[in-house]
Amino acid sequence: MRVYVPRDSAAKALGADDVAAAIRAEAERRGVPVEIVRNGSRGMVFLEPLVEVDRGDGREAFGPFRTADIPAFFDGTLAGLGRVEEIDFFARQTRLTFARCGVIDPLDLDDYAAHGGLAGLRRALAMTGAAIVAEVTASKLRGRGGAGFPTGIKWKTVLDAEADRKFIVCNADEGDSGTFADRMIMEGDPFSLIEGMAIAGLGVGASKGFVYLRSEYPDAIEVMNAAVGIARDRGLLGDDILGSGRAFDMEIRVGAGAYVCGEETALLNSLEGKRGTVRAKPPLPALEGFLGKPTVVNNVISLATVPVIFEKGADHYAAFGVGRSRGTVTLQIAGNVKRGGLFETAFGMTLGDAVDTIGGGTASGRPVKAVQVGGPLGAYFPREKFATPLGYEEFDAEGGLIGHAGIVVFDDTVDMLAMARFAMEFCAVESCGKCTPCRIGAVRGVETIDRIADGDTAASALLTDLCETMRDGSLCALGGFTPYPVMSALDHFPGDFHIMKEAAE
Amino acid sequence: MQRPPNVTPAPPPFELDGVRAIVDAHRALDGPLLPILHAVQARFGHIPEAAVPVIAEMLNLGRAEVHGVVSFYHDFRRERTGRRVVRLCRAEACQSVGGAEVAARTLQRLGIGWHETTPDGAVTVEPVYCLGLCACGPAAMVDGKVVGRVDAARIEAILSEAGA
Ligand SMILES: Cc1cc2nc3c(=O)[nH]c(=O)nc-3n(C[C@H](O)[C@H](O)[C@H](O)COP(=O)(O)O)c2cc1C
Ligand code: SF4
Repeated sequence: MRVYVPRDSAAKALGADDVAAAIRAEAERRGVPVEIVRNGSRGMVFLEPLVEVDRGDGREAFGPFRTADIPAFFDGTLAGLGRVEEIDFFARQTRLTFARCGVIDPLDLDDYAAHGGLAGLRRALAMTGAAIVAEVTASKLRGRGGAGFPTGIKWKTVLDAEADRKFIVCNADEGDSGTFADRMIMEGDPFSLIEGMAIAGLGVGASKGFVYLRSEYPDAIEVMNAAVGIARDRGLLGDDILGSGRAFDMEIRVGAGAYVCGEETALLNSLEGKRGTVRAKPPLPALEGFLGKPTVVNNVISLATVPVIFEKGADHYAAFGVGRSRGTVTLQIAGNVKRGGLFETAFGMTLGDAVDTIGGGTASGRPVKAVQVGGPLGAYFPREKFATPLGYEEFDAEGGLIGHAGIVVFDDTVDMLAMARFAMEFCAVESCGKCTPCRIGAVRGVETIDRIADGDTAASALLTDLCETMRDGSLCALGGFTPYPVMSALDHFPGDFHIMKEAAE
Repeated sequence: MQRPPNVTPAPPPFELDGVRAIVDAHRALDGPLLPILHAVQARFGHIPEAAVPVIAEMLNLGRAEVHGVVSFYHDFRRERTGRRVVRLCRAEACQSVGGAEVAARTLQRLGIGWHETTPDGAVTVEPVYCLGLCACGPAAMVDGKVVGRVDAARIEAILSEAGA
């Protein structure tokens, strides 16, 4: 029999390595032939370690799997979860970007190709750069790193730029709390990112790519490096991609623990070996990016979605979604939530459905008080806003942002003043130092919130002013968007700021 | 019987030839400085002050520039760590499941603050803002190994294994 035990770091963090070793040992002891595949995660973190068994008629799931379950597992008496694809959390999804994640052995290129991999690249190899860019434009893909900028437009700018060298840079800095989609796809289906970057290179005329991968992800770094090595050996990267005579190669570069290096121009500085300070725009990185050359900077999920767009066609992808948010959103349901994990679905699901129906409410069993969507620069939403559909414009209209689509759930024990303070503190710690409203303002913000905590209610007006200054006077979204979590906490949860409702009105 | 603390071997003593070899191995890269600094730290456990002028000279950069880069990034350390490094996530998702309490208890148990090392050199505790384990927090990383759903018992096991 074949047994799947994920190598994904969330599964490992919950004991997957021990489980894999114990299954191997017990199989030897019993003399049962077992092939263990270390797959990626299916994304159901609440069931990790999720072990799957294939006895020739589909994959049966067991989880959360404990080493103590092993005797019953081998005896065939362990109660399972049934077919993995039929588990409600999984069955409700539309998996395009994550179609292979958790299914295949991440480092088996043949397994990858057998599940639709490389079909997109083969199609792109027969197209002109302009046709490739047009296909991405037609898919209506928008950047999944946070800003939601149309990917096709960005690629066109780079395609049209004249230069001796151009670059594809993948932003794998994934610093937002509550997000792990980039990590999961890199650990679970690394060739999809490599394929997406190769298609991007063919599209815009770049023969070199970089993945800027945060140092906090040693497991993803290991898998990506191994995958790039295999891709080179097998002719998917190099001077002659799949025998086409076209060239594309890439390197994995490791970040150094600075949140602001997720901002694309700071990232480029960091890649060049400089301090990760933000550059003023213009010039756009698409025109003057890495080493001053035209550069596509895209998020991991944006790039890893490109292969399926070419495999199934732009129209297929664009048919999903709501309003101007087309395709799928790779939600990461996190924090104090009963069923946390990665949930890929068409844009348009409401926030409340994601939190209550899919996530099942809090892990603690207490009422949900607030959710933060979009990372540390995203707004806190109270239950009253749970009808908001997940879409870029839809969230913007409610004073929030989708960002990288992380949802962090908090129960009613959370102190929103403390969360507002943390947002300011985080901004102060991570500021690149270039603009005063961010560098100094965030420190003042912490002090001002401390004054409110000490009972100085008048300080809340000061906090509002300070947030306005930061919003208007910051070069990038670190200083500019920190007011989102702060002001949303203050506006929606005045009680936590010792402000009586009446006084606030 | 008390188990000997299970720790990674101490990094080798610093020597400049080692730094030169690292710079040589990376200088052909586009933007070699970060890979070089990572390699130096991986080898010696920190970025020794004396490495800065060597790197600067070999890459044709000013010392102040290399210095500025080392000091900008949270990852690069000027001093050696304890024998084991425990990184505790302080970010929002882990806070929502009690991460701040776990961190406070850990620091109190060791009698140190963030970024500090116990006097016997056993453990250094560092904050980290997100390990991508946001659906199984509180999260920690112990010498590069991920740990999820960390509670008081889990921390105690980690610390006593480190000999702290
Ligand atoms: C402070 C800050 C942090 C950011 N962090 C990330 C990140 O970790 N990953 C990411 O893809 N984009 C991040 N971004 C957005 C990038 O600047 C950029 O918009 C994105 O990489 C473009 O790729 P996309 O169009 O595919 O989204 C960040 C922006 C700011 C201001
Ligand atoms: S807002 Fe903050 S992080 Fe962004 S450029 Fe200004 S100082 Fe740097």
